[in-house]
Amino acid sequence: MSVVRRVLGTVLWYARELTGEAEYDRYCQRHRRHHPHAPVPTRREYQVLRTHQREAHPQGRCC
Amino acid sequence: MPTSIMPESALPGPEGPPSRRSRMTPRSVLVWTAVSLVGAIGWAVLGLSRGEEISAVWLLMAALGSYAIAYRFYARFIARRVLQVDDTRATPAERLEDGVDYHPTDRRVLFGHHFAAIAGAGPLVGPVLAAQMGYLPGTIWIIAGVIFGGAVQDMIVLFLSMRRNGKSLGQMARDEIGRVGGAAALIGVFAIMIILLAVLAMIVVNALAESAWGTFSVSMTIPIALFMGFYLRYLRPGQVVETSLIGVALLLLAILGGGWIQDSSLAEYFVWSPETLVFCLVGYGFIASVLPVWMLLAPRDYLSTFMKVGTIALMAVGVVIAAPNLKAESVTDFASTGAGPVFAGSLFPFLFITIACGALSGFHALVSSGTTPKLIQKESQVRMIGYGSMLTESFVAVMALIAACVLEPGLFYAMNSPAALLGPTVDSAAEAVKNLGFTITPDQLAAAAKAVEEETLVGRSGGAPTLAVGMSEIFAGVFGGAGMKAFWYHFAIMFEALFILTTVDAGTRVGRFMLQDMLGNVWKPIGRVTWKPGIWITSAVVVGAWGYFLYAGVTDPLGGIRQLFPLFGIANQLLAAVALAVTTTLLVKHGKQRWAWVTGIPLVWDVAVTFTAGWQKIFSDNPAIGFFALRDKYAQAIEDGQLLPGAKTMDDMHKIVLNNTVDGVIMAVFLVLVLTVLVNCAVVCVRAVRATEPLPTTEAPYVESRIDLPEQGKSESLVGAGS
Repeated sequence: MSVVRRVLGTVLWYARELTGEAEYDRYCQRHRRHHPHAPVPTRREYQVLRTHQREAHPQGRCC
Repeated sequence: MPTSIMPESALPGPEGPPSRRSRMTPRSVLVWTAVSLVGAIGWAVLGLSRGEEISAVWLLMAALGSYAIAYRFYARFIARRVLQVDDTRATPAERLEDGVDYHPTDRRVLFGHHFAAIAGAGPLVGPVLAAQMGYLPGTIWIIAGVIFGGAVQDMIVLFLSMRRNGKSLGQMARDEIGRVGGAAALIGVFAIMIILLAVLAMIVVNALAESAWGTFSVSMTIPIALFMGFYLRYLRPGQVVETSLIGVALLLLAILGGGWIQDSSLAEYFVWSPETLVFCLVGYGFIASVLPVWMLLAPRDYLSTFMKVGTIALMAVGVVIAAPNLKAESVTDFASTGAGPVFAGSLFPFLFITIACGALSGFHALVSSGTTPKLIQKESQVRMIGYGSMLTESFVAVMALIAACVLEPGLFYAMNSPAALLGPTVDSAAEAVKNLGFTITPDQLAAAAKAVEEETLVGRSGGAPTLAVGMSEIFAGVFGGAGMKAFWYHFAIMFEALFILTTVDAGTRVGRFMLQDMLGNVWKPIGRVTWKPGIWITSAVVVGAWGYFLYAGVTDPLGGIRQLFPLFGIANQLLAAVALAVTTTLLVKHGKQRWAWVTGIPLVWDVAVTFTAGWQKIFSDNPAIGFFALRDKYAQAIEDGQLLPGAKTMDDMHKIVLNNTVDGVIMAVFLVLVLTVLVNCAVVCVRAVRATEPLPTTEAPYVESRIDLPEQGKSESLVGAGS
């Protein structure tokens, strides 16, 4: 049972990292470290920030 | 043979890292001997079998054995001796960490990112077309090409860009080689991108034309992606994994739904002509590239990543379990005669440009000098991310080749020959295939189409339908039996179309940014990335450019794939020549002349291939190969008032003349641009060798790293002295 759980955990971790879902957690940590007094952006606000960022830096996909 | 590099890598270099030399333990000697044996047996069976059918498993063994040895020995040698990667040196991800562009990323995650960015439809299409020459030449080129060319290029560009804080290939060319070479590289990259997008879009058009099932399920990806976009932004912000899973489920439903639509009275609304599909794609390309990314691009990118990883894994499992036999010959007569119906020209150089992605792809240099170098945690990881990802892509290409070679050759040629040769019916196609020296009966052709629930498979060129039939053959043998064939066929079509649509959208955006950047030097406002009219104008220019080639290709009476695919292959490989020339120059500038052969040999090979191919495409007097020879032939016939085979009207004749003129001129422009870069690089190399002091480079200075990664294992740690 614990093996299954560990494997599933790893898969989920990988999927969250790969899709960038986990970026928000990291962003919050960093934000708290650098601006301890400013409120941390919500998920929704962060999502907007992130897409703005992608808008300005298009990444090519190869053939 | 990849094993020939072993003595090289074991050779101690006089200026190698002063630290310990790793000695192989008896156990690892044993393991690597076993791996070499696996590879050698695979190659032996491939090389020695003549005439009899062999199992695809041998091909897999040859590939995987060679990859493992190359990764263990050659890639490590490049990392240690040539690049002298230094894990005590902070990467830009560490030094410039901003949580957005730069942040140290787990190597396994970055591997996934990088792989998703480099792998698309290219490695799936080229090998399928190249199956015309048999499985052996393609396999050798895919494996040797990736080991000594493609993966080396990707890894070294990644490393050099990383040492320069993630500069793009174009910037590196401008800063390190000179203004002229830099400008030529920039224009070349832009032009090559346009051809790439046109060819990819044409593959989609050929796969969807006259197919209600395919058209329905692929068009459903748009509402699915839109739904995901809104879901992700408003309903469940940031829940990407959840959204992607919903998206994948909807996608599978869309494929099933397509089967239902096909049999219903709604089918006629989804049977579109190639021309209609061109206009839809062009319109879609424009809208998708000006819409905010969160609506369409980002969600489709997630879908495409999940599908990519899932399908490739499925394919590997399928090939291993089904272990299908290869029905194609190992080397066909077309390899020497050059008279193949799928693409013209002899093995050298045309096989090597038909298979670009999977062996050596210049486009990867753009990805390797884009986002990835800004995310690397430790320098030694360029080996896993640069070299490893490319090996994985090469493996995808090998599987695509297998999928094409498990088909009956008769079916392969009936699908991939130009329509003008095949004629409209299964009877005429069977006759044409017979004239090529293969056999398939009209009934067999009709049955093959029926099995995947398509109207017809005759003349379905472009590679995607062939791959899909091959995949459905393999998958149906493992999951679900013959009854599932139609599902798997459309699954494969959907999966390719999804990649391509994402590439078209992302590529149009990248092209637009490049154009804005270039035009911004002339007229400031157009360069502003927030000025809406500027965005619309430049997007329209980019879409219009690839749209033109797409339309010209689709309406070409002699078959657009046959015309444009060589142009695309040469363009992609020319870009590789630019990347390899820049990397070789940089190695020389860094005082590493004695290792310059690492990129120098693939560069010389690549220049030989592309310039021979380009030269033949321009100057050959064989109308099957030379653009201008074909042009002259048809122009002469127009003067004489004749119709030549392939053309039904005088309009068609004029179309052929125009297309060949344009393609020939473009080819010449590409060659001149790349030649400019090469000459400029040579000048800089000579200057660097003659200089008493090293020429200045833009490498970022050494800063000590504070990241400690104990989990990577001691044997893998690449400790440098810290230059």
